[in-house]
Amino acid sequence: MYGEEPLFGLLNRLGRPAPNHRPWPRHVTDRAGWRLLIDHLGQNNWSLLGLWGDRAADGLLVHAALREDLSGDVGLVSLPCPDGRFPSLSAVRPAAIRLERAACDLFGLTAEGITDPRPWLDHGQWGLRHPLAQTPTFSTPPTAPYPFLKSEGHGLHQIPVGPVHAGIIEPGHFRFTANGETVARLEERLGYVHKGIEGLTRGKPVLEAARIIARLSGDSTVAHAIAFARAVESALNLDIPPRAVWLRALMAEWERLANHFGDIGAICNDAAFAFMLAELSQLREAVLRAADACFGHRLMMDCVIPGGVFPDIAETGPKRLLDLTIELRRRFAPLVAIYDNKASLQDRTVSTGIVNTGLVNRFGAGGPVGRASGRGLDARKSPGYAPYNDLEFEVPVLTEGDVNARVWIRIREVEQSLSLVEQIVRRMPGVPRGPDGITPPPLLPLDHVLEHAKAGGGGEGMALVESFRGEILTWARIAADGTVERCHPRDPSWFQWPLLEAAIEGNIVADFPLCNKSFNCSYSGHDL
Amino acid sequence: MFKHILRSLTGGPVTEPAPAPSPDGLAELAGQVDRAAKARLGRSLSIRAVDAGSCNGCELELHALNNPLYDLERFGLRFVASPRHADVLLVTGPVTKNMADALRRTWEATPEPKWVVACGACAIDGGVFAGSYACLGPVETVIPVDLRIPGCPPRPTELLAGLLALLERSARAA
Repeated sequence: MYGEEPLFGLLNRLGRPAPNHRPWPRHVTDRAGWRLLIDHLGQNNWSLLGLWGDRAADGLLVHAALREDLSGDVGLVSLPCPDGRFPSLSAVRPAAIRLERAACDLFGLTAEGITDPRPWLDHGQWGLRHPLAQTPTFSTPPTAPYPFLKSEGHGLHQIPVGPVHAGIIEPGHFRFTANGETVARLEERLGYVHKGIEGLTRGKPVLEAARIIARLSGDSTVAHAIAFARAVESALNLDIPPRAVWLRALMAEWERLANHFGDIGAICNDAAFAFMLAELSQLREAVLRAADACFGHRLMMDCVIPGGVFPDIAETGPKRLLDLTIELRRRFAPLVAIYDNKASLQDRTVSTGIVNTGLVNRFGAGGPVGRASGRGLDARKSPGYAPYNDLEFEVPVLTEGDVNARVWIRIREVEQSLSLVEQIVRRMPGVPRGPDGITPPPLLPLDHVLEHAKAGGGGEGMALVESFRGEILTWARIAADGTVERCHPRDPSWFQWPLLEAAIEGNIVADFPLCNKSFNCSYSGHDL
Repeated sequence: MFKHILRSLTGGPVTEPAPAPSPDGLAELAGQVDRAAKARLGRSLSIRAVDAGSCNGCELELHALNNPLYDLERFGLRFVASPRHADVLLVTGPVTKNMADALRRTWEATPEPKWVVACGACAIDGGVFAGSYACLGPVETVIPVDLRIPGCPPRPTELLAGLLALLERSARAA
């Protein structure tokens, strides 16, 4: 590759791999090594998968996860920061800016040379500064307002929106600077729904922490629960029952269907075409009711837990899901034809809110946002995880990068997910039956999990899981007593929110809801 | 699309029937909400949803109330865009400290008479987020609460049942 050093080659030069980190290596480096990493990031196009602060027994450190997209190799680099400082990655990876601001707010880790040192999650309301640092300090609410970036010029005016929005949506603040109808700049301010999830999970038994992670972002509760469970299982080197692996994928695809139906309808609704929302919300409701009948919860919350899945799918579930996929396919196709044929609707979605390929690559954005702009990565394919390597599906990619492309990616993904659900239901391993006729749930007993934790002395694990929104990274360090020492879930929204600021530039203010909905980033998942 | 419209003209609405008790009890419940709302207010009831730190789960189910199967608006219950237009503030989430001020100001912007519904486990007692440095916990630590609708998240039918309870209580208080 143009004489470039492969990822693992560089990581091995940077430092030794830490013990007990699975499945990818984590190399511990020093400041010189970290700077060498920055030099290399400036010359290659490895994706930054995440960057987060950590507090170990011997002090603060910062972790960065990287991927070489072509080979699919993933690796982590850690830098101990005894003085609470580390050189910023923001100059070579702009996606690092908000992650570094968050690490500063939570741990007091200062990114040297960061291009934007303003606080991000911390609005000065917590009564604490650096709540996850060794010794948090008390704080008082700020006296000065948050300094928004300046936009000055003839005829420019500002429109502040939020945090309380007009619809039933999550809170966040948008500061528009417009010239007449045209948006000259949008700046987001998030963090309003920061719940301190990383602090709450600390010291909790894994099952209790799983309940918190399941509520990181309600629409992707299954995907986040899978990512956390897999990170824990990697850390403790656990193999879960095969049936649980397949049931997880079934729930994940079912969740993707529910969300995509809702999103396609809502995007059309924001283009004043309410008909599509009325039709597609019925399909969404059918999916949710089936989930309730199969797993006892409409959103399938708390069904995926470390060690497996609980409860198993209801006995009538597989048939119900197969019947419903046939019905959904029958009802979805004519709606797609309507979307495709309505000139008045296309007039709003085509060439609106364009994000170019260069930008999605620089920010490492995944999901429909990335795939609509030519970045065809999908964690189910690369690095890939079970059972998807045994399933047939395609990852749709478009290059237009507009609202229309993001709708089409979702339409194609609905078709793929319907097929995946059918494949999974047909090929899933059957219910194991014990000699006494009792059917155990597809779940490792808690004793077994705790014994493994004790025997292995705990460990560190990471998982990459594809949610309906894109790739989730979850990293966890589990102690020998089976409690969570540190857990960092990185929602895909982190790398998509910044692109929304770019997408709306040059569009009219009235198209913002349309652009925003076509991204559908998570506020809660991002704010943590 | 014309086929769809023709079908809905000839086939009737997909909305689940109001008078006959449906399996999940939705229709029966909704009818009672309507009668109580008329007795109390003599008009419709306007609801302003405020997310004060929710995971978005409650919001998804609030959205479901607006789909054609539940069709909340047929009972005169509707979500409005401004607290100035609202009779009811429906608050979700464990009230993050970063949202507390916005919630308080939304409440102040709502004209009397007004009621506050704490919707979901987090709004009632902080849920799994109770005790966090970033959350205040129950909605009632910030504004007075008239009714609690439990669930994580509450099902759409449970949301309707909750609104009925609110109307009966406020009618007794008057």
